[in-house]
Amino acid sequence: MIKEMVCIVCPMSCRMQVEMDKKKVVSVSHNGCVRGVKYANEEMSNPTRMVTSTVVLKNAALTRLPVMTASPVPKRKVADVMKQINKVKVKAPVKMYDVIIENVARTGVNVVASRSMDAIK
Amino acid sequence: MRKVDCVIVGGGSAGMSCAVAIARFGIKDILMIEREKELGGILNQCIHHGFGLHIYKKECTGPEFAQLLIESVKKYHIDIKLDTTVINITEGKKVTYVNEDEGVVEVQAKAIVMACGCMERSRGMISIPGDRCGNVLTAGTAQRYLNIDGYMCGKRVFILGSGDIGLIMARRMTLEGAKVLGVAEIMPYSNGLSRNIVQCLEDFNIPLYLNTTVTRIIGHPRLERIELSSVDENLRPIKDSEWSVAVDCLLLSIGLLPDTSLLNKLNVERDPQTRSVAVNEAFEMSLSGFFACGNVLQVHDLVDDVYLEAEVCGREVARYLHDGFVDEEMVHVCAGENVAHVVPQRLRKENMQDDCRFSFRVKKPMRDCILRIRSGENILREVKKRVMLPAEMEKLDLEKSMLMGAKDLVFEVKEDV
Repeated sequence: MIKEMVCIVCPMSCRMQVEMDKKKVVSVSHNGCVRGVKYANEEMSNPTRMVTSTVVLKNAALTRLPVMTASPVPKRKVADVMKQINKVKVKAPVKMYDVIIENVARTGVNVVASRSMDAIK
Repeated sequence: MRKVDCVIVGGGSAGMSCAVAIARFGIKDILMIEREKELGGILNQCIHHGFGLHIYKKECTGPEFAQLLIESVKKYHIDIKLDTTVINITEGKKVTYVNEDEGVVEVQAKAIVMACGCMERSRGMISIPGDRCGNVLTAGTAQRYLNIDGYMCGKRVFILGSGDIGLIMARRMTLEGAKVLGVAEIMPYSNGLSRNIVQCLEDFNIPLYLNTTVTRIIGHPRLERIELSSVDENLRPIKDSEWSVAVDCLLLSIGLLPDTSLLNKLNVERDPQTRSVAVNEAFEMSLSGFFACGNVLQVHDLVDDVYLEAEVCGREVARYLHDGFVDEEMVHVCAGENVAHVVPQRLRKENMQDDCRFSFRVKKPMRDCILRIRSGENILREVKKRVMLPAEMEKLDLEKSMLMGAKDLVFEVKEDV
């Protein structure tokens, strides 16, 4: 099966043709450079995404705390990660990179605060 | 009246980067005025990922980038006024600001830096016909409601314009449970980065309709339905191509305009192409001692570029305050064939510190083209480009030695070469 995909490594945005045998990449064509092959392989075998969102924040001047996964998580887990993020409530003070959720959706990745937030004086 | 060396209007990425540079070059009396309750500007609501690869050597979220920058600002003695709005600036460099504690206050500055960003184009600016109903918002407004205040502004959403904020909001609202029914783009190509098209639209099967625009807004008192039409090559809606979709929220991501409203009363040279002020290589306007950097000068794609531009601006502000500039004739820098604008618009050779970075945008997507910089008929530099896109700001550094002999400069792009 041949899948068409746009390479996002650089602004050239090559429209690549990726030949697949079940879940394995057999060949990549219409790629401008070797980076396209690497991207196609990653994207076809184990696509990952960073997830960023906010959680409810108490005891601070603002009511939401921005959070992020500390590293990219498998794309198929993104919805589960969001579900768990939406259940969390946090109390200020919070420091940037504090762990908000450990091992989110059993991905082995933590959700951390993406900024600090002082408590209300 | 209080006297200060420098007033910086705006405490976002440009204002903070500029303030740090001015302080580092030995100016002590700096006043930074920010109208929000905290520093950071638009970065605070851009909770997504991908900022700062160049400056901090890692991909940060917006709030993270802002915090790293705030930490550098705090290392210097910079007087920061939050929750404070500048309401007037005179040619004599008197700045009037207002806040709850002090009321209306006037300060006398020796230099003024405008670092107050840009604003989103709104419905009125593109005159979409139809009802004046609620929930037709700019994408950035919806972003603020969602990411700072925690409110979702719709469940069935359509987005007009394929700018990056619109694409980012398509993903964000989908992740929070809304149904994003599509993105319409009047041009035949997307205005967003291809990375955002893939990761914000294709990941969630959100359709992108090119050559399409919203031609009617229907609903009372809240939005109920929008009508879309295909457009011809002159961007005019084609009759009988209308289709409609039921939505409760329309987000507009139709471009950004530098917010130069504080300069309206001043006699300062403007550039109709950037819709902002014209500046020289020191980021100084035609009024001596007035500077501009960041999105108020030209709309950037990357905060890293804002940071670097503001850093050079800050260095030049410090130089102006220490020694002043030499009076000399200016070289004009013009946007030629296929180029939409170039910054800086003026160049003073004697004042030039070192190489000069030019930022510019092309008017349309082009492949296999040549960027050419001319001084009269004399070609100073030619660069082969595999691809150039309006959505990506181009940067080019030209050596001081080369520019010393130059007359007026023209930036142009030749196709099919």
